[in-house]
Amino acid sequence: MIRYIANRLLQAIPTVILVTILVFLMLHFTPGDPAQVFLGDRHSTPEQLERVRAEMGLDRPLYEQYLNYMSNVLHGDLGRSLITNFPVDDTILTRIPHTLELTLASMLISTVLGVGLGMLAALRHNTIIDTIAMAFALLGISVPVYWSSLLFILLFSVKLGWFPPIGQGSLDRLVLPAFALAFVSAGALARMVRSSMLEVLNQDYVITARSKGLSERVVIFRHTLRNALIPVVTILGLTFGNLVGGAVLTETIFARLGIGRMYVQAVVEKDFTLVQGTTLFVALSYVLINIGIDLIYVFIDPRIKYD
Amino acid sequence: MTEQSTVRVKLEQERGESRILGFVRRARRSPNVIVGTTVLSLVIILVVLAPVLSPFDPIEQFRRERLMGPSATHYFGTDNLGRDIFARVLFGGRISLQVGIISVSIASLGGTFLGLISGYYGRWLDSLIMRLIDVLLSFPSILLALAIVAVLGRDLRNVMLAVGIATLPIYTRVVRASTLSVKEIDYITAARALGAPAWRILFFHILPNVLAPIIVVSTNGIAGAIIAGAALSFLGVGAQPPTPEWGLMLSQGQEFLRVAWWVTTFPGLAIMVTVLGINLLGDGLRDILDPRLKI
Repeated sequence: MIRYIANRLLQAIPTVILVTILVFLMLHFTPGDPAQVFLGDRHSTPEQLERVRAEMGLDRPLYEQYLNYMSNVLHGDLGRSLITNFPVDDTILTRIPHTLELTLASMLISTVLGVGLGMLAALRHNTIIDTIAMAFALLGISVPVYWSSLLFILLFSVKLGWFPPIGQGSLDRLVLPAFALAFVSAGALARMVRSSMLEVLNQDYVITARSKGLSERVVIFRHTLRNALIPVVTILGLTFGNLVGGAVLTETIFARLGIGRMYVQAVVEKDFTLVQGTTLFVALSYVLINIGIDLIYVFIDPRIKYD
Repeated sequence: MTEQSTVRVKLEQERGESRILGFVRRARRSPNVIVGTTVLSLVIILVVLAPVLSPFDPIEQFRRERLMGPSATHYFGTDNLGRDIFARVLFGGRISLQVGIISVSIASLGGTFLGLISGYYGRWLDSLIMRLIDVLLSFPSILLALAIVAVLGRDLRNVMLAVGIATLPIYTRVVRASTLSVKEIDYITAARALGAPAWRILFFHILPNVLAPIIVVSTNGIAGAIIAGAALSFLGVGAQPPTPEWGLMLSQGQEFLRVAWWVTTFPGLAIMVTVLGINLLGDGLRDILDPRLKI
């Protein structure tokens, strides 16, 4: 078991190193001179450019720059924003709770909705309930979150006045963005749960359980659901990634001060250190979450051998 | 479902029916394929005939007719600059379909190629490619696309490239998995024993056998790419004003949500209908071609 965990962590190391190299090189991939990028769109003299190059260490060999960058990163220093001059790590840390609040709320909603709808559809396979549930799921994955968000504001805020249209900091301001964000993932999840459940319902052990005369409830909850949810756990990581990606859109629409909205602003304002730092932060968190999910997977699926 | 379709395929083969004919016959019985194809064909016809069907130019501004509701003159109303939304929705479809098709072409061609050589050659090449794919998968795809656009610059061409790169891993994974199982089959060994060069084996013997999942993933991929492309334009890093683009139209209409619901409703409906049609078609194709594929 411990060996499995150690192996999984070791496997992630090359990925993480490649991610850092890629993020480090981001600046060098931009067309034109990195020093000019640092100076922004302002007009600059050759002397200024030269000074920036020396300050940023851009005149040194690339591998040296990378090692220097990594040593900073390992000390928790992601540089300073080109626009506000605040440290990037502080900026990320003050923004992240707002994004976590939104994504976790959405994750909860989409899991309840997705697993519920998927189960319902599978248990009432080939009935009108199945068709309706799957129509909802299809609608979920076909309506872009930026449009459903606008529709939600239009309906629940402008017309009905139930919730404030934008902002953050209270529960009623969380409802609309969290639901809008949850629908896409709920749709994908419902489809996954349904097909996984249908597969398990046809397994011999479920037929055996039924023929033993076990009550339908025991068959569903003890024998089917637990096994059907195993593959679903693997896509929870993916769901989380989608939610963080979707937060970029919902935070922008609902004017929430999360990391997603900050990221878009940084891209638009060409704040490269902030883009670089946030990209690295999100990628590393995502890698860690996926490792966590792989480990959960091992715990809940007895068929997987640890070594 | 799976057993049934295997049996059916066998029956068709015994009857001497070709795979393509069998596919067409089953496609014509699938409600998903029928509805999906109908919706998608309608969208394509409307979009292709945009210059003929739309009474106005999509970027022409009628200063006196700002934010007018839907009427007999302006079917979908006008936006804050007095532009005809019906015309903008039709022309916007050209951009979205283009973004969908080009991004998916980049992703599926690149991803298939990597998946084929990764699965066929194995060893260090496989490890190298799979590590690269892991790196791409370490970013949520919208964020990766945003990062790529940040590096390359904000315009529609870079959006297509970014969405293509961000969605490439799924093709590589699917094709690699199929290649691994196909390459062990006897006829590949036979081809190799006869001295067929690797490229010939890859493209003439393996590729045709991994096409089914590629077709299914690509179809749903177009839907995803249309949503992602419009998302980037919505965020201001894709199509730039005054281009009629669905995502951009939604973001420009957000400001007028209180007074003019039609500005955001019609472009949103257009995205939904298009994506719904493609997804239905994709679901239908999956049931016929590769029922075990979970996407």
